[in-house]
Amino acid sequence: MDRRLIIEHIPRLRRYARALVGDRYVADDLVQDTLERAWNKFYLWRPGSDLRAWLFTIMHNVFVNQARRRRYEIEQAMDELPAVAVRATQGEQLELQDVDRVLRTLSAEQREVVLLVAVEQLTYEQVSHALDIPIGTVMSRLSRARERMRQLLGGQTVVPLKVVK
Amino acid sequence: MKPVTEVELHAYVDGAVSEGTRAEIDAWLRSHPEDAERLRAYAEQNALLRSLYNPVLDEQVPAALLAVHPRVWRRYTAAAVVFAAGIGLGWMVRGLFITPQIVPVSLARLAATAHSVYSPEVRHPVEVTANEEEHLVRWLSKRLGTTLKAPKLAPLGYELVGGRLLSGPQGPVAHFMYQDGRGQRLTLYVSRQRGDPRDTAFRFSQEDRVSVFYWVDGNFGYALSGEMKREQLLQVAEVVYKQLNP
Repeated sequence: MDRRLIIEHIPRLRRYARALVGDRYVADDLVQDTLERAWNKFYLWRPGSDLRAWLFTIMHNVFVNQARRRRYEIEQAMDELPAVAVRATQGEQLELQDVDRVLRTLSAEQREVVLLVAVEQLTYEQVSHALDIPIGTVMSRLSRARERMRQLLGGQTVVPLKVVK
Repeated sequence: MKPVTEVELHAYVDGAVSEGTRAEIDAWLRSHPEDAERLRAYAEQNALLRSLYNPVLDEQVPAALLAVHPRVWRRYTAAAVVFAAGIGLGWMVRGLFITPQIVPVSLARLAATAHSVYSPEVRHPVEVTANEEEHLVRWLSKRLGTTLKAPKLAPLGYELVGGRLLSGPQGPVAHFMYQDGRGQRLTLYVSRQRGDPRDTAFRFSQEDRVSVFYWVDGNFGYALSGEMKREQLLQVAEVVYKQLNP
C-alpha cells in the first residue's frame, strides 16, 4: 500500500472540511481525525474502488459523530428561524462573504450535499455513496439547499416553511 | 414540449447531462424564463462556492496532517513479531506473558478455539436460542457490563442461532452463533479487553482452519470466526463492524 495514495487527497479533504465547518482549526481537526480513521481502516478499502469517495465517507462519519458529540452545530431549529435575506452588498468580496454566510444557515445535511456537488464536483451517485443515502435524497437535499440559498442571496422574502398559528 | 424534470435541471447546472438532453433543456429554458433565472442563480452559487474554497487547495498542508501515521502498519508489524515469537515459545509460557501487545493475538486464538469447540455441535450449539434473542442479548449484556447487540446478518444469508456465555482470561465472554442455509457457521466472540482503547484496527488471523477477523473497540475485543476464505469472512466482518459502530 502506498502512503502517497492518501496523502495526495489531503488538500481536497481540507477544502471540503473547511467549507463544511467554516473554522480553519476545527476543519483541520476534522481532517486529522479522518486521516487517523482512514489509516486504521485502510484494510477495508478495496483497491481499485474510488479512494476519494471512500475518504469522504469516512469524513462524513467522523463529522456526524463529532457534531453529535460536540454540538457545534445547532441546526434542528433552522427551519423555524425567520429567514432573513442577507444580500444588499456590493463587490465580489462581499458577495463571497454572503454566500458563505448563507451556506452556514443550511442544515449540515444540505451543506454536505451542496459542497460535494458544487465544490468537490462529485457525481450524484458518488455523493449518494459517500453519504450513504439514496440518490433521491441527494437530489431533494440539493434542490432544497439551492433554492434556500437562492432566495436568501436574491434578497427575496422567503416564504416561511412553518405555519405559525 | 416534454416537461423537464427537477433532477434534469440540476444535472444541467452540474454539467451532468448528455448533449441531447442539454439541447432539450436549452429549448425548455427559452420558453420558461423563471427556470432559466433559477438555473443561472444555481450556476452562480457553484462558481461562488468554488472561488471561496478552491484557495484552500493552494495552502501548504500542515505538517501535523502529513505526520498522521498509518497505525495499522505499525500494529501489524508488532502483532506479526509477537505472533512469530509466540509460535516459538509463547505457547508454552503464555500464562506468564500476557501484555497488552499480545492480547489481540490471544483474542484471535481464544475466539478460534471457541469456534472450533462449539460450532460442530449439532444438538447444543448454544445455550439460549434465537427464539429468545431479546433475553439472550439482555443476559449477556448484563454479564459483560455493557449494552451488546447481536448483529443482523440475514441480508448476507446468516441467521442467528443463539448464543452462550463463556469464560475468558478477562472474565465473561459473549458468544453469538450464526448459520447459513447450508449449515455453515460463524461465531462472534465479545470480551472485555485491556489495551489501547483507541485501537480499532481490523486484523486477520488464520488459526488452523478457522479464519478470524478481530478488532478492539473501547474496552472490548471482538472476533468473528468462520471456516471460510478470508475475503468471504471480511464481507461479513465489515457488516458486523458497521452495525456495532453505526
